Amino acid sequence: MGTWRLYTAVAAGAFRRYATYRVATAAGVFTNTVFGLILAYTYIALWDERPGLGGYDQSQAVTYVWLGQGLLAAVAVIGGGFEDEMIERIRTGDIAIDLYRPADLQMWWLAADAGRAAFQLAGRGVVPMAFGGLVFHLALPADAGTWLAFLVAVALGLLVSFAIRYLVALLAFWFMDGAGVQQLAVLAGLFFSGMTLPLNVFPGALGELARALPWSSLLQAPADVLLGERTGFALWRTYAFQAAWAVGLLAVGRLVQSAATRRVVVQGG
Amino acid sequence: MADLQERRDVHRGFPPAGRSRVVDGLRAYRLIAWMWIRSTMAYRASFAMTVFGNFAGTALDFVTILLMFSRVDELGGYSLGEVAFLYGLSSAAFGLTDLALGSVDRLGQRVRDGTLLVRPAPVLAQVAADRFALRRLGRITQGLLVLGYALFVLDVSWTPLKVLMMPVMVVSGAAIFASVFVAGAAFQFVAQDASQVQNSFTYGGTTLLQYPPTVFAKDLVRGVTFVLPLAFVNWVPALYVLDLPYPLDLPEWVAFLPPLVAVACCALSGVAWRAGLRSYRSTGS
Repeated sequence: MGTWRLYTAVAAGAFRRYATYRVATAAGVFTNTVFGLILAYTYIALWDERPGLGGYDQSQAVTYVWLGQGLLAAVAVIGGGFEDEMIERIRTGDIAIDLYRPADLQMWWLAADAGRAAFQLAGRGVVPMAFGGLVFHLALPADAGTWLAFLVAVALGLLVSFAIRYLVALLAFWFMDGAGVQQLAVLAGLFFSGMTLPLNVFPGALGELARALPWSSLLQAPADVLLGERTGFALWRTYAFQAAWAVGLLAVGRLVQSAATRRVVVQGG
Repeated sequence: MADLQERRDVHRGFPPAGRSRVVDGLRAYRLIAWMWIRSTMAYRASFAMTVFGNFAGTALDFVTILLMFSRVDELGGYSLGEVAFLYGLSSAAFGLTDLALGSVDRLGQRVRDGTLLVRPAPVLAQVAADRFALRRLGRITQGLLVLGYALFVLDVSWTPLKVLMMPVMVVSGAAIFASVFVAGAAFQFVAQDASQVQNSFTYGGTTLLQYPPTVFAKDLVRGVTFVLPLAFVNWVPALYVLDLPYPLDLPEWVAFLPPLVAVACCALSGVAWRAGLRSYRSTGS
């Protein structure tokens, strides 16, 4: 019970920390809204040309755009989460101090990232979505059950996102400069999460591949749940898919972590 | 001190400093940028990787357009070649500005750190050259490749005027984007951690221009034609080259305005920059 309270406190601390950046949050909301506007018009043109593309109607496609902009900061597809700080601590050697703490390294950062994500979801998610709802006709569900199912999918997506970024950050133990790997991870994340185009619009084998990769848990899966494309058995299959990637990647993270921390000892800090 | 600096410059092959602020600024810019280039070149493999990363990162939005065209033949009434033409021109112009001025979005950060007025050189030159990133050649390369593809597939009835139009577009477009970057930086003197607002006009602007104007709502097109004249980077002149109608019913001679628009934008952003700089107070940290 004591450790649970510790992680709650870490999460709450991270939430409060991000909540202090008010101007930056407002600026981020502005950016998400501008990009949402540009994307929404291009999607409308696309769906005008091919109605029903990818199984979405036009208002579902536009809803997908605003959902993506609302989730972008929370799932940290373009970075900006805990990983910058963790890489910096690995580079400077401060990570040795973290290893002395009576807390699990992975759980500690997960708690911090959960607090950050919770703030970003509220701080940068709601306003762009509301703006989208004012300017366009959105296909949002009226029943609370779908919203609840959506939030579960978002939580699982955040877990997968954390697990991926934790692995990326750990690589800094080997490549002293994590910038290259981080850049690749951002590119893969943007493309394969469906942030640029819904994955169900991707053609053929590329689409199959994109939908099977872990990044599809970040946006495509929650979006499909909210848009009512996954109900009943399909909903449970979506959850199982996300959870399997989360558990698998977190487990790999633990393995890499123990290899990496042995390296710290060898280097003497 | 100044003599020593000048002797060093001459030794490095730079001419001695002139008297005007512009010459001073360019000289400071060149020195700082050169310093960053040398520091980047210390790790050549890493440099090659970041150029590739910049190339691949910016190519992603064209890949998205390609994926869209794998499902449709036209977008807003434009073919893939026509969209590629708009994309290539916007990307090349933006790439030039990003290379020269891309670092000014860190101005807010430097205001907060209190590291802004540490060198005896024009501030704009310092801020622009800070962390000069040669890797941004990746974006220009990508834009020019897409433009090359567009010219290859498009069937344009070329005239000397249309040929001349393209370099004029890239240069004036870069100047228009530059004025947006500088005005955005001036805004950061006031709102220090709002660099994202600047990004939505710069990166958002080039993203907007990569798609046909027919895609967007009329009011949005009016806004970027008459208020923030981004449309003169590529939309207005490109539609003259492609013989396509502009969605706003403008006379044809408007297509030749980009250089004038660029000069006006630069003058206005210069005023904004000086106002911003005057309002600046160091954090004292």
